[in-house]
Amino acid sequence: MLSMKDIEITFNEGTLDEKKALQGINLDMEKGDFVTVIGSNGAGKSTLMNMVSGSLKPDIGTVKINDKNVTMLPEYKRSQFIGRVFQDPMAGTAPTMTIEENLAMAYARNKKRTLKVGVSKKRKALFKEHLETLHLGLENRLNAKVGLLSGGERQALSLLMATFTEPNILLLDEHTAALDPSRAELITNLTGEVVEQFDLTTVMVTHNMQQALDLGNRLIMMDKGQIILEVSGQEKQQLTIEKLLHEFQRIRGKQMENDRAILG
Amino acid sequence: MSGILISSFSAVESGIIYALMALGVYLSFRILDFPDLTVDGSFVTGGAVAAISIVNGVPPVLATFYAVIAGFIAGVVTGILNTKGKINPLLSGILMMIALYSINLRIMGKPNVALLNEPTIFNQLEGFWASLGIDSFLNSILTDLGADTVPGTWVVLIIMVIITLIIKFITDYFLKTEVGLALRATGDNEKMIKSFSANTDILTIIGLGISNALVALSGAFIAQAGGFTDVSMGIGMIVIGLASVIIGEALFGTKNIARTTLAVIGGAIVYRLVLTFALKVNFLDTSDTKLITAVIVILALVTPKLVATQKEAKRIRRKRAMLASGKES
Repeated sequence: MLSMKDIEITFNEGTLDEKKALQGINLDMEKGDFVTVIGSNGAGKSTLMNMVSGSLKPDIGTVKINDKNVTMLPEYKRSQFIGRVFQDPMAGTAPTMTIEENLAMAYARNKKRTLKVGVSKKRKALFKEHLETLHLGLENRLNAKVGLLSGGERQALSLLMATFTEPNILLLDEHTAALDPSRAELITNLTGEVVEQFDLTTVMVTHNMQQALDLGNRLIMMDKGQIILEVSGQEKQQLTIEKLLHEFQRIRGKQMENDRAILG
Repeated sequence: MSGILISSFSAVESGIIYALMALGVYLSFRILDFPDLTVDGSFVTGGAVAAISIVNGVPPVLATFYAVIAGFIAGVVTGILNTKGKINPLLSGILMMIALYSINLRIMGKPNVALLNEPTIFNQLEGFWASLGIDSFLNSILTDLGADTVPGTWVVLIIMVIITLIIKFITDYFLKTEVGLALRATGDNEKMIKSFSANTDILTIIGLGISNALVALSGAFIAQAGGFTDVSMGIGMIVIGLASVIIGEALFGTKNIARTTLAVIGGAIVYRLVLTFALKVNFLDTSDTKLITAVIVILALVTPKLVATQKEAKRIRRKRAMLASGKES
């Protein structure tokens, strides 16, 4: 469903600030795969997400969605296949527009936009139905401006908007990081439900190791623009935070030894 | 007394024509969040194209249509400068405005074109209008109400009310369509609408095109109602547009799109009325128009905030007083 092959991105190439943001990234995802991505700041997680979404183009390598080469497809075209939820709850919705208008825009993601009314009666019923699954009472506030909603409500709406049109790929970019623990848990649970409901192929970046363990059937750990650890299936289910940290230190430690050997 | 009636009448009359320009400014400034200074140029472009076409024998309706197309193109170019040339919105507009000054001179071939004894949309309808007898009917009402002089003709006012309302309703509808929603989101949260597969570059370009088409339409009507186009008649037009939008929003509210577009039209009329009455003050004359405009905009911007602060302070004072008296008893 989503495949990345030999991806490389370098920022500020040829200058003192040169940074290899991604190097030798290979990842193949089947339909319904849910990959959680962890790694420290600057590991390349966000670059990976931006590269899949199309806001960044790889220097080398190819990205395929559904066996279609989308490497050079601009972001707005690629987003026909991709639903995305950002870290900032303000980022995924238009604040001065109403809940139903926001949903209508999301509804048009994989269709051609026309000069027909965006919020028709029929769609209104559909939006209501979907909003009910959030259990936040938003179905009774279709005409409320989204800017009046709380951060948690906005993020739940963003999640719904990104998923209810059943995108080929769902990208979640630390989408619970800006919320308080109880709201974060709510969104985490909703995420699990909605991904299962639509059998979505999902990539989720998170700083929360527990969340990375609870959600998804695969886990990758990134460091310095590389994938340094891949766990899936049975093995992932038995993973704990301690094991992950231990593994991280084992790999990083080895690398540091290697570095020392080279420098020494 | 009668002087005031007549000058109020002509203020409302030109206000309703300028309302189309204000709707254009509302589209760029509020909907797209794009402070588009092209307006100063495209307003004249509209007047210039309409006037020169009419002088050369084009029927007024068609000439007005040409003006709309010219304004649309001007807006599209500003949009391309911004989205494809990556030039900052303010600068894109300024560049287009200054370029249009020369282009407008080229279109007209001289600094102004008069439409004396030429057909216009308004005088073409005058004969038909007179046969309806609406003028004498409305004027008799005014006379009954005690007016001693009455407006010469109502044709401009009535036609413009109809046209402006039609355009208002089309705008309201358009902003609710799928494309319209995406256009609004482009000004509200560009990152978001991009992630829902909308081409924000094209939307910005089209939005600015429509905005300047309305501005040019307004220019074309002003030229035909006033009987001339002058290359400098667009100076400060963007500020007048902003004044109309801001006054309208402050006075009539912004509950939803339909309400806001109506408010903008109201704002354009109120602005003309305020300006007319300000010019009646003895020590002010027509050369002070721009200064008065600036003062009106400043007042329209500052007053609502002052009022809100006052209200809030009053609310808190009352709350504290209530708590204090509650404790005493």
